[in-house]
Amino acid sequence: MNAKKNGNKELPKHTISIYVANKPGVLMRVAQVFARRGFNIDSLVVSESQDSRFSRMTIVSTGDAETLEQIIKQVSKLVDVLHAKDHSGEDVIEREYALFKVETPTEKRTEVLQIVEHFKGQTLDFGEDYLLIGISGATEKIDASFELFKKYGILEVVRSGKMLMARGREET
Amino acid sequence: METKSLSGAEVLIECLKEQNVEYIWGIPGGVTIPIYDALVDSGIKLILVRHEQGAMHAAEGYARATGRPGVVCVTSGPGATNTVTGLLNAYMDSAPVIVITGQTVTSMLGKDAFQEGDIFGMTLPVVKHSYLVKDANDLPRVMKEAFYIAQTGRPGPVHIDIPKDVATSPCTVPLNAEMDLPGYKPRDLEDFDREEVERIAGALRRSKRPVLYVGHGAVISNACSELMKLATTLHAPVVNTLLGKGAFPEDHELSLGMFGMHGTVYANKAVSECDLIFSIGGRWDDRITGKLSEFCVDAVKIHIDIDPAEINKIIRPDYYVIGDAKHVLRELNKHISRLDTDDWWRKIEKWRNKFPLKCSKKGGLKVPYIVDTLYRLTKGEAIIVTDVGQHQMWTAQFYKVHKNRSWISSGGAGTMGFGFPAALGAQFGRPNELVVAIVGDGGFQMTMSELATMMNNNLPVKIIVMENRYLGMVRQWQELFFDNRLSGVDLTGNPNFALIAKAYGCKSFRIRRNADVERTLKEAIEYKGPCLIWAELIKEDNVFPMVPAGAPLSKMIISPPKSAPTEIAAKPAKRRRKPRSEEK
Ligand SMILES: Cc1ncc(C[n+]2csc(CCOP(=O)(O)OP(=O)(O)O)c2C)c(N)n1
Repeated sequence: MNAKKNGNKELPKHTISIYVANKPGVLMRVAQVFARRGFNIDSLVVSESQDSRFSRMTIVSTGDAETLEQIIKQVSKLVDVLHAKDHSGEDVIEREYALFKVETPTEKRTEVLQIVEHFKGQTLDFGEDYLLIGISGATEKIDASFELFKKYGILEVVRSGKMLMARGREET
Repeated sequence: METKSLSGAEVLIECLKEQNVEYIWGIPGGVTIPIYDALVDSGIKLILVRHEQGAMHAAEGYARATGRPGVVCVTSGPGATNTVTGLLNAYMDSAPVIVITGQTVTSMLGKDAFQEGDIFGMTLPVVKHSYLVKDANDLPRVMKEAFYIAQTGRPGPVHIDIPKDVATSPCTVPLNAEMDLPGYKPRDLEDFDREEVERIAGALRRSKRPVLYVGHGAVISNACSELMKLATTLHAPVVNTLLGKGAFPEDHELSLGMFGMHGTVYANKAVSECDLIFSIGGRWDDRITGKLSEFCVDAVKIHIDIDPAEINKIIRPDYYVIGDAKHVLRELNKHISRLDTDDWWRKIEKWRNKFPLKCSKKGGLKVPYIVDTLYRLTKGEAIIVTDVGQHQMWTAQFYKVHKNRSWISSGGAGTMGFGFPAALGAQFGRPNELVVAIVGDGGFQMTMSELATMMNNNLPVKIIVMENRYLGMVRQWQELFFDNRLSGVDLTGNPNFALIAKAYGCKSFRIRRNADVERTLKEAIEYKGPCLIWAELIKEDNVFPMVPAGAPLSKMIISPPKSAPTEIAAKPAKRRRKPRSEEK
């Protein structure tokens, strides 16, 4: 009923996929729908789709479900948006890619490389006291590797943001 | 095709002609000179206003009086930013307005050129859609799309930014361009959930105390005859919002008039005690629901709206249909029959007799008596356009609107300064009807420079300036909820409005006491040309009934308190250090 604010309670994360016409300003229009309702965008991936006239956006955002329902409707209403869908809780393929630059003194190198191997990551560059590692996988996996690397000192991290695709022949 | 030789500006004008545009409101500037030049021999009438805000409200007044889009053309930078208030107003009240702004040449975009302003970026939240046109060859398509988007589905304003070089460069494509709107598919009017309509009929059948709630959507879709059939067949009471006035004749015995913050007691009581409330193009705005958690808690809620985003936005309806009100009601009317509402009506009649709207001549010259007299003299047939404030609410209470599209008021945005220019637009659109602008002394002074526009075009609008020498509505809130600590509401320094009129060559009348009202209004209405009626009111009067902001409808203050005003405000006064943000 009444839009209740959840106070300080943990708010759920949502993954929203939006299919848009590739027109200037469309990203601003979509972003504004979130910003106006005080929703932070945690991650955003935009790229051309199979048809160059259209783009795919995958947005991860945090907030209460009722406001999110409004946001999706308002986004769907935008003239340049073909469709928008919340895929949270659905069985979909989700992937993220992350680059880590980890503090790695020589004596720790083996330990860190074991972690990289465990996560099926790759060492992309290294120096005397660091490793540059690339890892792909579900967000939880990236989060887990992040936690482990923290112990050694993460100099930098760059994450691609979550991408998602519906299974089977269903449209994302 | 010989279109080869046309410039962007000429093509733009051709496209407007194709859309049967009669008028363009605006003020030119450096970057729009090519467009204004193309207008010269076009046959489209250019209406030069005195401020771009006036152009916007005039275009909206025209659009709302006729149902056809109003078109504005202004220059870049400050000309464009002056349209933003009008865009917000049109956006909030779902009015089809097309705004064309000039822009600096494309090669200078983003380089802080003279009078460059990112109006595309600035207006994104207040437009239904917008364009920055970078190639003259896109113009035929953009113009076609703009008019289509503005008028279809839930109407709204569309903005088109045109750099000067685009207006001057040749357009080499044919005028009959294809639209390219893969993401915009307004529903076919016959496409709605007919099974849900039958379920609604079932819910109505089970109802003992129904209320039909008429919103602006019913006005826009022109659902009048369907609504009449629905209400009379069911024998159900009808209430309307501020913007829903006119879709169902308010003088009809089934009409309880306006509900909400300043609604009638009987309308609010009916809504509070109904067992079913049925919104027809209404968006459950906070000004009509009052405190939401106590609004119609046990009633079955039904919602018809053309905009899917309105469903579940404020309340969760038990039944809803996404569709055009007129078409949905036409279908619904096939499935309904008279309800047994006799007990319900007995109750309502009791309230109607006990709590009528009162307009007395006691205590000096006041708005209700003036509006009531105007209503009698014009038989509810005039097009009434109001500004924002106390006079707006009193006019809504006392002027019962009989015809659709004959009530124009700033609802969602509550824009002071809207009324007078909007009335000019309405008169442009409906030249043979009586248009009356009812404005406050505060709001009128925001856009009264359009007196020049009125006189130049000899628009026979009757302006009634309700002068109480206060920003009355804010003063009322301060009196009731802030211990009468007046702050920033005193309009000392008002001009002599008769001299203002005279300065523009406009005839004026003056009303100083009740005895003047009938005679003067009659004379003014019979006067053939434009005129200003200056009503010098008593300074302090309050609009009642009133539901304090955030209170439930049942906590309505019915009539002026006999005791000191602070007493009735005991509850809200506790919060007086924290002013509410939702000022009208
Ligand atoms: C542009 C704008 N500024 C401020 C307000 C806030 N406001 C709402 S009603 C009102 C008073 C209007 O006074 P007036 O025009 O004299 O009409 P009255 O209420 O006295 O009838 C004000 C200041 C507003 N709605 N719009």
